[in-house]
Amino acid sequence: MTPELTRLTAVETAAKIAAREVTAVEVAQAHLDRIAEVNGTLNAFLHIDTDGALTQAKRVDAGEVEGPLAGVPLALKDVIVTRNVPTTAGSKILEGWIPPYDATIVERMRDAGIVVLGKTNMDEFAMGSSTEHSAYGAAHNPWDLERTPGGSGGGSSAAVAGFLAPLGIGTDTGGSIRQPAAVTGTVGTKPTYGGVSRYGLIAFSSSLDQAGPCARTVLDAALLHAVIAGHDPRDSTSIDADVPPVVDAARDGDVSGMRVGVVKEFAGEGYQDGVTVRFEEAVATLAGLGADVVEVSCPHFDYALAAYYLIAPSEASSNLARYDAMRYGLRVGDDGDASAEEVMAATRAAGFGAEVKRRIMLGTYALSAGYYDAYYGQAQKVRTLITRDFENAFTTVDVLVSPTTPTTAFKLGERVDDPLAMYLADLCTIPSNLYGGPAMSVPCGLSDDGLPVGFQVMAPVLADDRLYRVGAALERATGSDRLLEQVTNL
Amino acid sequence: MTTTLGAYDDVLDRYAPVLGLETHVELGTATKLFCGCSTAFGAPPNTQVCPTCLGLPGSLPVTNEAAIEFTVKIGLALHCEIATWCRFARKNYFYPDMPKDYQVSQYDEPLCTDGYLDVVVGGEAFRVEIERVHLEEDTGKSLHVGGATGRIHGATHSLVDYNRAGIPLVEIVTRPVQGTGHKAAEVARAYVTELRDVLRDLGVSDVRMEQGSLRCDVNLSLMPAGATQLGTRTETKNVNSLRSVERAVRHEVERQGARLDAGERVVQETRHFHEDSGTTSPGRSKEEAQDYRYFPEPDLVPLAPARELVEGLRATLPEPPSVRRAAFAEVNGFTAIDLEQMVNAGVLDLVGETIAAGASPTKSKGWWLGYLVGRANELDVEVSELAITVAQVARISELEDSGELTNKLARQVADAVIAGEGDVDAVIESHGWKVAGEDELIVAVDAALAAQPDIAAKIRDGNQGAVGPIVGAVMKATGGAADATRARELILERAS
Ligand SMILES: [Zn+2]
Repeated sequence: MTPELTRLTAVETAAKIAAREVTAVEVAQAHLDRIAEVNGTLNAFLHIDTDGALTQAKRVDAGEVEGPLAGVPLALKDVIVTRNVPTTAGSKILEGWIPPYDATIVERMRDAGIVVLGKTNMDEFAMGSSTEHSAYGAAHNPWDLERTPGGSGGGSSAAVAGFLAPLGIGTDTGGSIRQPAAVTGTVGTKPTYGGVSRYGLIAFSSSLDQAGPCARTVLDAALLHAVIAGHDPRDSTSIDADVPPVVDAARDGDVSGMRVGVVKEFAGEGYQDGVTVRFEEAVATLAGLGADVVEVSCPHFDYALAAYYLIAPSEASSNLARYDAMRYGLRVGDDGDASAEEVMAATRAAGFGAEVKRRIMLGTYALSAGYYDAYYGQAQKVRTLITRDFENAFTTVDVLVSPTTPTTAFKLGERVDDPLAMYLADLCTIPSNLYGGPAMSVPCGLSDDGLPVGFQVMAPVLADDRLYRVGAALERATGSDRLLEQVTNL
Repeated sequence: MTTTLGAYDDVLDRYAPVLGLETHVELGTATKLFCGCSTAFGAPPNTQVCPTCLGLPGSLPVTNEAAIEFTVKIGLALHCEIATWCRFARKNYFYPDMPKDYQVSQYDEPLCTDGYLDVVVGGEAFRVEIERVHLEEDTGKSLHVGGATGRIHGATHSLVDYNRAGIPLVEIVTRPVQGTGHKAAEVARAYVTELRDVLRDLGVSDVRMEQGSLRCDVNLSLMPAGATQLGTRTETKNVNSLRSVERAVRHEVERQGARLDAGERVVQETRHFHEDSGTTSPGRSKEEAQDYRYFPEPDLVPLAPARELVEGLRATLPEPPSVRRAAFAEVNGFTAIDLEQMVNAGVLDLVGETIAAGASPTKSKGWWLGYLVGRANELDVEVSELAITVAQVARISELEDSGELTNKLARQVADAVIAGEGDVDAVIESHGWKVAGEDELIVAVDAALAAQPDIAAKIRDGNQGAVGPIVGAVMKATGGAADATRARELILERAS
């Protein structure tokens, strides 16, 4: 009975619990058992909150909370702050920190009856595309254990793809929800910037970070999206507007008459053949379903990666300054003689990994007097041009589409010493972060190497529902919601 | 002081001073700038904190609307332009008392710009131009334990109180103030005094320099008289009383003048003011200055104060202190010079309160300006911090008017009250101070005349100028308890 429960979708799970065919505690326990069984292999979870999960499941069973996802287990990326549950952001510098408060989305999920199983692995402070920059070791891809489940949110994607949880929460600064979804055959959405509260999301790059859902089906993702989205007065950048009708769009899935723009710039050299083939098939499928497909040029997308690697590290260099050993987390070198400044320096030297240090230095340099205009200032101008590319495109099309990432899951160790190769994994996902619009990765089959391929849909600000409409249409036409049935190696 | 008396005026005969003042004002909002924590002063350490003002991972700021309104009011009272759109910026530097290791401040987009404040010194009006008024968050407070002086040097460990972290702070920056000449120190003091009064009238801050809710940095440079190229300036930090503002300017004028005279150059640096000696010492020099890596704060949305809001606030502004003071002078019969003296000595409100407590305007002014300001200087404290209340001053003044105290006795009573001996009547009682009676006075007058027969003879011959020494002798004999006017009458009467 246990393996069966872990293979259900979120919708199916919630229905069984609501119908009293199974209790939420049984569902939680089945997943906790599955985690105990395979997490040693996947390294998807950094911390398992057995007590918290069972307590919440009991509340659901007692009828204290209800809703379309009541009793459904979830894997929470460790960059989201949880009261009384360790939160490390994948870094040694926060090892042992027990937060005194909950993120807004954690409160919302609790109120919706969602059962958080634990905190998932990630690249340190969400800086990476493979989880190899986690201070706690890389997570593994359930499709092939020698490969990455993507990053930074590889722990959540591995957990969802490996049936450790039907739902996951990721955060996406440059693709950290979508790229892991693409390489694990799962669905991942970066909502409109400001659509989901950032209160309690440990900041990497404040103007780009956005939390969002991971799931095995488009409808499951939409239901979770609807739970976590909506205005939060504790986040000044939160948008005070109605949540787009994502669930209705996912249930509907009708793309007839929709204008779909294929981004011309995201093809050609560097794109794996197997990825290109599946992507083009998916575009043809949408056309077959009645969508009007056109090619669209977004000339400034070519500069997105460069702009991103100035803006994100600049903000990160400031956001990560607070890890100074004074108030919480790691403290190194406090021998009674060392000054506060010496302890700060020793702690940061010991507590941050190489990639985090690389980005702090990059950002510090980009913001320095005399360089600001040439780097940070210029990058902001590029950001404006990219936003204009999107706005221009959306005058003629309803959504833009592209491969989510140029290749299928790469092998662990393959790119870890080559930062530029690693950065290319986010080539197609970064523009939406710079613009602030929503974007989704939905599976579109397997490449000839037997690994999943992600199809990216990008929509205008606050038109998140369009993602789900396109995603659901594609999912139904290709049966991609059953793709993960092929994951049987665990 | 290492410099000689008079050096200040001597230096300013040859050099033109250029002043600049940066004033930090803690706003009196109920809650902090970016969270809901209380701003109340004096709570136990780290009891008024939350994830946001502690800078915990994941926390976010939300701007306190009241702080924006207070800042706009300050800008309007200082005749500034109010920005239609501006942003907060992050000022990045590592410091243990700064929870996020950056301060949310404003950089090139302040809320208020281009204003002025007029002050009068020695009958001469000076317009101090305001470059900018911006809003930022205060830092926490470090306490260094184990050292001799509470300074970091020699301390065994440090403690940090974050109650102050995140309290809204407004920074008011002047343009370089030129043309003050010998009045530089007084203009600096008059500006801070005037600013303090404006802020207090607005009700935006309790402006208590001794508690740090009003703090001042004094910039000063000298250039040869007649020159147009500004000299190198120093920035003297945390000058925390009106007197100190004046003293800091005097000291820097003298110190920089001495260097320039000796052919040395003034180093551009931050200096610390020492209340005890009235001197400054070097802090951080420009060469070691931080690069703050300012950039727009991405966790906050731009500020765009609506024009209706700004005009609504403009309509609520109180009348400027100058108007209020003119009315006060009119009612109480003070001249413009009286007014300026009282304002610049920082006693105008005290005089007003003393009048309200029952003393006459002339006596009230006389007590504060003629006696208590001097006592405060001797005791090295702000006049407002003297340990005597306006009610006590009014009571002493009343006893003086009724003839129960002579002026000399009254001053002795005031001194005793300031010394903490007790309330006015108790002090008089315990010292047995009372005006000498007629009989006692006659005895003293006769004795004094008998002791100096030659002077008595001069008086008899009609030499009124000879009365003085006899009055002095009578005062001495009565321990100051004699009414000098009555003593004079008796001397003339008894000598003949
Ligand atoms: Zn607070």
